[in-house]
Amino acid sequence: MKIADLANPTRFLSLTARLLPYLVAGTTIVLLVGLYLSATAPDDYQQGATVKIMFIHVPNAWLSTFVWAVMSVAALGTLVWRHPLADVAAKTAAPIGASFTFLALVTGSLWGRPMWGTYWEWDARLTSVLILFLMYLGLMALWRAVEDPSRAARAAAVLTLVGALNLPIIKFSVDWWNTLHQPASVFRMGGPTLDRAFLIPLMVMAVGFTLLFITLHVAAMRNEILRRRVRALQMIQARASATELSAASPASQPA
Amino acid sequence: MTALGALIRRDIRIALRVGGGALIGVLFFLTVVVLMPFAIGPDLALLTRLGPAILWLGALLASLLTLDRLFMADHEDGSLDLIVMGRVPLELACAAKALAHWLAAGLPLIVATPVLGLLLNLDMSATGAVALTLLAGTPALTFTGMIGAALAVTLRRGGLLLAVLVLPLSIPVLIFGVAACEAAISGPSSFGAPFSILCALSLVSLVVGPFAAAASLRHGLD
Repeated sequence: MKIADLANPTRFLSLTARLLPYLVAGTTIVLLVGLYLSATAPDDYQQGATVKIMFIHVPNAWLSTFVWAVMSVAALGTLVWRHPLADVAAKTAAPIGASFTFLALVTGSLWGRPMWGTYWEWDARLTSVLILFLMYLGLMALWRAVEDPSRAARAAAVLTLVGALNLPIIKFSVDWWNTLHQPASVFRMGGPTLDRAFLIPLMVMAVGFTLLFITLHVAAMRNEILRRRVRALQMIQARASATELSAASPASQPA
Repeated sequence: MTALGALIRRDIRIALRVGGGALIGVLFFLTVVVLMPFAIGPDLALLTRLGPAILWLGALLASLLTLDRLFMADHEDGSLDLIVMGRVPLELACAAKALAHWLAAGLPLIVATPVLGLLLNLDMSATGAVALTLLAGTPALTFTGMIGAALAVTLRRGGLLLAVLVLPLSIPVLIFGVAACEAAISGPSSFGAPFSILCALSLVSLVVGPFAAAASLRHGLD
């Protein structure tokens, strides 16, 4: 069973039908373990218990950029390799990524109020993530603006690849500019500076959220494939009834 | 006369006509700048402080307004199909169209800046700084806007979607443009840093814009 076999929608549907319950179970277990570890993590000496927002905020933020990267790969699949399921993957990932970005912004804002004294600050990291959120919304609007799904896929693929330029800016914004948002403490040269007591719950939550994205994405892709089948069937039915009507009308009956 | 030169001349000539984009862009710029003091109030000191930002916002919105003309008129009368199928590489043709659009619609905005600066109580050096940063930044606005225009050309009512698509890409240009103005007018912070980044944004968009626009035109028009 190769990657190429997944290109067949029917085989994809049958494979994912068997896979989905395990994905759901795995996601639930890892998230529950992560939440337990986060709840029992020690308080920070400076921030107290509010540091635990980090265990939700940071995985959401990582996933917001990760989902755009996944969509960029899907966009390459549409434009370069003409993979049949690439546009289904790209279309369904956009709302999920937008939700993760929105949650990252909201949880970060709630964390900022007690820590920085403000709900919002126009520094480089927050501004670039807000721009990412606006780009997600624009992408979702573009998908729904074009009638034909394959043309919409190609237009959205171009926009996704252009927007991928924003991803390194987001990642390195805290290093390039003097920002209120703290610099990178996990994925940096020289290894993480986070203490193990916080690093382990964070990593478990990150894995849990990634599994959540995979589960939601696979489920959404199944829905989208089925939705397209319904649309195709409706169009066939409409065409059939139109020819029936024109065959039955008096004008087309022989004189 | 080369094909590209002919394309640029044609686009400029069309844009400079009464129905073209040039005049409307400048009028919209004027409208925005005139409306601001009514909203903010006649406090001259405040207007001076906000002047560069108002001029930059007006220029950005004016260039956004004229962007859908870039491909729409050609698409409607069929000449866009000829350009796509022609022998000139589509990337170069898109770059030529964007250059013509900037010459016809972007330069008038920069020429209008000193006049509008008077309305906002800006002195000569401030107006000069704004005009210089606009000169460096409006190519970026045009070339990145071309990406949105190419994506929206196949939509029937694409105007508003175009604005939504182009706006996130124009925000960095706006940020660095105003930062450069503020640094030139008042301030210990250096003018060179944001201005260099502004020029860099323009240069990057000069390359990325035509490629992305050509890709969307090729895939979208069939």
